[in-house]
Amino acid sequence: MLDNINILWLAPLLNIQLIVDGILIGAIFALAAYGLALVWGVMNVKNLAQGEFVIMGGYIAWFGSTQGLHPILSMPIAIVIMFAYGWVIYRVIISRVVAKDMFISLLATFGLAIVMQQALNLMFGPEVQVADSGLSVRSYFGGSVTIADIRVVSFLLCCALATAVVLFMKKSRMGQAIRATAQDARAAKVMGIDTEQVYAFTYALNSAICGAAGVLVSMIWVIQPFYGLAHSIRSFVIVVAAGIGNLPGVIVSALGLGALEQYGGFVLGAEFQQATVVGLLLVVLVYRQIQMRKKRQAVV
Amino acid sequence: MSLRTTLLSTLAIGVAAFGLSAATPASAMVDGDTIVLGSAISFTGKYSTNGIHAKNGYNIAVKRVNEMGGVKVGGKSYKLKIIYYDDESTPARTAQLLERLIKQDGVKYMLGPYSSATTLAAAPITEKYKIPMIEAEGASRALFTKGYRYLFAVLSTAEQYLSATVSLAADIGAKTGKKPGDITIAMAFENDAFSLDVREGVLDEVKKLGLKVVIDDKLPRDLSDMSATLTKVRALKPDVLLISGHSKGAVTAGRQIQEMKIDTPIIAMTHCEAAKVVDKYGPSADGFLCPTQWSETLSSTGKYFGSAGDFDRDFKAAYEGYDKSVPYQSAQAAAAVLVWKEAFERAQDFDTEKVRDAIAATDMQTFYGAIRFSEAGNNIAKPFFLRQIQKGEYHVVAPLSYAVKPIDYPRKPN
Amino acid sequence: MKSLDNKLMLGLLAFGIFGPVLFPDYTFQIALMWIMVLFAQTWDSMGGQMGYNSLGNIFFFGCGMYICTVTQVGLFYDVGDYTSATGSNVTFSDSQYFIGLGVGILAAGVGASVLAACLGWTVFGLRGPYFAIGTLGIALSAGELFGTWDWVGGGSGVAIPVYPGEADHKSMFFYTLCFLAAASTFLFYRWLFSTRFGLAVNAIRDDEGKADAMGLHTLRHKTVAWCFSAFFLGISGALFGNLTGFVEPLEVAFPTATFGIFMVAMSLLGGSGTFWGPVVGAIMFHVIKEATWTYFLGWQWVALGVIIIINVVYFQQGVVGWMQEKWPEKFGIEVDSSMSMEDEAKEAAQ
Repeated sequence: MLDNINILWLAPLLNIQLIVDGILIGAIFALAAYGLALVWGVMNVKNLAQGEFVIMGGYIAWFGSTQGLHPILSMPIAIVIMFAYGWVIYRVIISRVVAKDMFISLLATFGLAIVMQQALNLMFGPEVQVADSGLSVRSYFGGSVTIADIRVVSFLLCCALATAVVLFMKKSRMGQAIRATAQDARAAKVMGIDTEQVYAFTYALNSAICGAAGVLVSMIWVIQPFYGLAHSIRSFVIVVAAGIGNLPGVIVSALGLGALEQYGGFVLGAEFQQATVVGLLLVVLVYRQIQMRKKRQAVV
Repeated sequence: MSLRTTLLSTLAIGVAAFGLSAATPASAMVDGDTIVLGSAISFTGKYSTNGIHAKNGYNIAVKRVNEMGGVKVGGKSYKLKIIYYDDESTPARTAQLLERLIKQDGVKYMLGPYSSATTLAAAPITEKYKIPMIEAEGASRALFTKGYRYLFAVLSTAEQYLSATVSLAADIGAKTGKKPGDITIAMAFENDAFSLDVREGVLDEVKKLGLKVVIDDKLPRDLSDMSATLTKVRALKPDVLLISGHSKGAVTAGRQIQEMKIDTPIIAMTHCEAAKVVDKYGPSADGFLCPTQWSETLSSTGKYFGSAGDFDRDFKAAYEGYDKSVPYQSAQAAAAVLVWKEAFERAQDFDTEKVRDAIAATDMQTFYGAIRFSEAGNNIAKPFFLRQIQKGEYHVVAPLSYAVKPIDYPRKPN
Repeated sequence: MKSLDNKLMLGLLAFGIFGPVLFPDYTFQIALMWIMVLFAQTWDSMGGQMGYNSLGNIFFFGCGMYICTVTQVGLFYDVGDYTSATGSNVTFSDSQYFIGLGVGILAAGVGASVLAACLGWTVFGLRGPYFAIGTLGIALSAGELFGTWDWVGGGSGVAIPVYPGEADHKSMFFYTLCFLAAASTFLFYRWLFSTRFGLAVNAIRDDEGKADAMGLHTLRHKTVAWCFSAFFLGISGALFGNLTGFVEPLEVAFPTATFGIFMVAMSLLGGSGTFWGPVVGAIMFHVIKEATWTYFLGWQWVALGVIIIINVVYFQQGVVGWMQEKWPEKFGIEVDSSMSMEDEAKEAAQ
C-alpha cells in the first residue's frame, strides 16, 4: 500500500491519469444517479433495478453493434426503447407501490432486477460483452497518460444529456409538473396536475437516462447480465451522499466517487475498488447519523 | 375456528408435502437401457460462460458415444444421459444440488461442475456418499490434497497455467543478458479458488528462478474495470503481465490493455479462448500468451472423435458461436464423458466401487491427450500448453516439443 | 386461537420429526427449510415487529459461519496452515470433531450477538431506507473484507472438517440440529413477544418518537432485539456451513442477494408482522423455490423474481395477513375470544 503511494509520489503524472479516468467514468455514474434521485425525490421509490436498466441499455448498444450499427448511434434508439420500457414497468408494477411503504418499493424493484437479469441472460447469453466504438486512443505527456477518445466523447454526451434534462425540468410543462409533484404531490393534484401521468413520465425518464448511461458503459467498460448490482449500489451511494434533490451534489459526488474508486483500486489494490464504494457508503451514513444525533439533541 | 385451522395447517404442511411428493421420483442409476450421469453446472452467474462451454462439451460426447452404439456392459448396449441442474455459480448451491442428484434422482455417476470453487463444494458430498465423480473443470490443487478417493480430474492442475510463462520470461531474459532479479512481474488475479492457485504456482516458479514481483493485485468478483491496476503497470514497466480471472478477466483486460496502450513485452492471461478475445479485439489481442489444457493442433487422437482437429471441426459444426476457436473447457468436458464410457466397459458392472476402481485404472488416449490418474485423482499423463495469439490465430509456442511456431517477442500489438 | 396455535405447532412438530422418516431422500431439503424458517422469523422480529427493515441480517449468518469454522479448526490446529491452498492433510478424531462443533456453534451465536451489539450503536440512528441501505452496505463489505483475509482462506474459501461417520448419519445429525435451532427460535420468539419486551418493540414500530417520549429506552430495546436475532442467525450460519462443507465469502457466507433477500421475501410472503406469517411464508417459499429449480431449469430465477413482484405488488399483506382480511367474519364469528389478537395482527399486516 505504501509502495503504491510512493509510486504516485514519484510519478505525479499518474495522478492525472487516475483523476481523469475517474471523472470521465464518474460522469456516467452521475447520469444513473440523477435518474435515481429523480424517482426517489418525485415518487419516493427506491429503484434497486437501476443497474439493470443501465445494463439493458448496454445490451441494446451491443446488439445494435452486432447488427452493424455504431454503438453511439444506437443511443437514441436505446433512449426510446428504455423510455417505453420504463413506462410499461411503471404501469404494471411501480404504479401499485408508489403510495406504499418505502420498503415495498425496494423489494418490488429488487424482484424486477432479478427478472431483468435473467431475461437478459436468456436473450443474450451470459458472456461478458463489449461494444466497440472504433475510436482511437490518444497519449499525453510522452505516453504516461492515455485517454481513449470514447471516454471524452461519452463525457461530452453525458454533459449534453444532463443539460437537456435540466432544461427540460426548468422549461417544459411536464418538467414543471414533475417539480411541483416532487414538492407536494397532494397540492399538485389539487392544482389539476395528473400526478399519475407525472409519475409514469418520471419513471420512464429515469429508465431512458439509465439506458443512455448503459450505452456508454458498454463502450467503455464491459457488460454482463449480472453486473447491474454494482451500478445500483453506486447510484445509491451517490444519492445518499449528495442528498435527494441536490443536482450539483449528485454531480460532484459522482465525479468524486469515480476518482476515489480509481484511487482505491490503485492504492489498496483492485480487490478493494468496489469495497471502497461500499465503505464510502457506510462512512457517509455514519457521518449523517452523527449529524442527525446532534440535531436531535439540539431539539431536546 | 375449524376452517381456519384446516386452511392454515393445510398450507403449512400440505404445501410442503405436496412440493416434496411432486418433485421427481428417484429414478434408478441405470434406467432401462440408459445410464444416467448427473451434473450441477453453472448456467447463470459469474461462471456461466464457461459452464455452458462445459455443458456443450458433455453433450457432444454423450451424443457421439450414443451414436457409436452406446456403452456395452454385459453384452447389452446402454445409452448415456445427463441430468443437469443450474448451480448459479455458487458453491452452496452446488452442494445442495449434488445431494439432490444423489438422493432424489438416484444418480450414481457424477460429472463435475465448472470452476474450482464449486468442485471444492461438490467433492465432500460425492465423497460422503461414495459416488465417483469425474470432473473436467476444477483445477485447484486444494482438490487433490484432501485425499478424496472418488474424485478424478481429466485436466492438469491450476499451478501450471501461468508458471510456464514465468520460466519463458526467465529464458528470454537470460538470452538478452538480463539478471533474473531484474526481470519484473506484474500479477492481477481474481480472488477465487482457481486463480489463487494459479497465483501460487506463479509464486513458486518466481521464487525458484529468482525473479521479482512488483505488482500483486487481486481482482473482484464483478470485475468491469482494472484501469487502476494497469496504470500501475504503466508506471512500473514490468517485463511480464499475468492475468487470471476467468472469462470476464480476459475480456476486461483485453479492452483496457488496448485502451491504455500497455506495451508490456509479455502478457499472459487465462481463458482467452473462452472469452473470445480474438473476436472482440482483433489485432490488438495479438501477442497475448494463453495457457491452455488442450489445442486443436495437437497430434493426440482417440477412437471417438478422431484427432484433436476432428473434434475441433465437429464441435464447431455442432454449436454456434465457436468460429474462431473451441475453448479447452469444452474439450476436456467431452473427455470426461469418454472416461466414464471406457470405465463402464472395463468394469462390466454398474457397482460404484467397481466402476471407481476401473476409473482409477484408466490409461487411455483421446483427442484431448493421454489420461491417467495419479493416486490423488488428477491427470498426470498430459502436458500443459502455452499458446500465443499471432495474427488472430492461436499457435502453441511452449513446451518446445509441441510448439508449432516460435514465440513473438516482444509482443507487437497492431 | 390457542387451539389453532397448538394444532399448527403440533403439525409442524410432527412434520419435523416424521418428515425425514417419511421422505428420507429429502432430509437435506427439509433441513434447509428449517433454516429458512429461522431466517424469516429472525428477520421478522426486526422488520415486521419493530419496523426496522434490515437488508443486511445475512451479515450475522456469515459471521456465525466463519466463527464456527475457525473455532472447529482452531481448537486443534493452526488456522492459517489449515486454510492455505497447499495445506497439509489434517484429520479430526471423533471427539475433536464433536467438541469443536459444539463449541463452534455456541461461539457462533454469542459472537454474532456481540457483533450486533457493537454495530447497533452505529446503525440504529439510521431510519427507514437509510437503515436498509446501511445494513446492506455492512453485509456487502463484510463479504469483500473476508475475501481479502488470507488467514480464513480469503477468496478461495475453507473446507470444514468432515463428519466422522456414515453419510446418512450426518444428514440426520445436522437435520436434528437444524430442526432444534428453528424450533427453539420459534419458541423463544413466542415467549418473547408475549412479554413486555414484545410490546415495547411493537411500540417502536408504531411510533418511535412517542415511545421514546414515554420513557422507553428505544436504543437499548432495538439493540437487544438485534442481538437476539443475531444469536439465532449466527447458529444457523454455523449449521449451514457444516451442511455445505465448504465456506467461501461471497457466495456461501454472505450471499446478500440471495439468502439476504430471501429472508425478507419470505416474511412478506407469509405476512410480515403476524406471528405465523414468517413461518408459513418460509415453508411456502422454500417449496416453491425447490419446485421451480426442478421444473423451470434456467427459468427458476425468473419465476422467483415474478413471485417476489406479485407478492409485494398485489399481495402485500402476505398469506396469513390476506386470510385474516379475506374472511374476518368467518374467523371472527368462530373465534370470538381472539378478536383482540386478530385486530393486532391485521394492523400489523397493513
